[in-house]
Amino acid sequence: MHASVIIFYILSAFILGAALLAVTARKIFRSAIFLLFTLIGTAALFFWMGVEFVAAVQIIIYVGGIVVLIIFSIFLTQKSGEEMPKPLRNRSLFSVLALLFGFAFTYHLIYKYRFEQPAPHVFNVKVSDIGTQMLSTTEHGFVLPFEVVSILLLASMIGCIVIAMKIKPMEGNEI
Amino acid sequence: MNEISITQILFVSTALFFIGMYGLFTRRNMITMLMAIEIILNSVNINFVAFNKYLYPGKLDGVFFTIFIITIAAAEAAMAIAIIINLYRSHHSIDVEDAEEMKY
Repeated sequence: MHASVIIFYILSAFILGAALLAVTARKIFRSAIFLLFTLIGTAALFFWMGVEFVAAVQIIIYVGGIVVLIIFSIFLTQKSGEEMPKPLRNRSLFSVLALLFGFAFTYHLIYKYRFEQPAPHVFNVKVSDIGTQMLSTTEHGFVLPFEVVSILLLASMIGCIVIAMKIKPMEGNEI
Repeated sequence: MNEISITQILFVSTALFFIGMYGLFTRRNMITMLMAIEIILNSVNINFVAFNKYLYPGKLDGVFFTIFIITIAAAEAAMAIAIIINLYRSHHSIDVEDAEEMKY
């Protein structure tokens, strides 16, 4: 066996195990930590596939941003030492059945499908290529989605502030 | 030469997607449901990069889609947490069963 094959199996077992624990752990803080491990495992899988830039972005934004945000909100809203109530038995039973069926169906489709082998071409992602294509205005450029996403980020930032702001009761003639 | 085929990577991402769906179905706490959504988005990211690497190695489109999905996931998580904290302020609970008056 090739070393990269073994690494792939270890990584995928790590990702799936951590994800399973993240959705089944009874303590919410542990669940967040297992989510962190899932995201790090995914970043490692990106490294394994040779897209270092995406892996770095994944670590910076997911691990450094979103998980920290989730942990903060857990501390703000929950008693993190307490166990969450167990899911109803019927609900978990039927969701497991439905998801097993869905998984079997989807994987059957994937397994039967013959993917075309492309012409051999080295998959080499250079950051300079990503930057050039991201901001190019020619036919295959991504400058319009880039601008749209930046507007979306601005809008969501303002929206967060507006939603989470405490509204003071109106007093007399101010405003 | 790589011996892992695209089918095996798709197995991992499919399993990750359905694990996330399981979390979304069984959990009733809003923060844990948000975590399940993050897992689902991650499986989609794996899919995009795998398709780009194995089927169209000369292009970069999958990488761009992944980057945009990560950005939108960040915006979505920030939005969701703002809503959750506001809901906690008014209901003192972030269980979805306790928030059912939002329906009306």
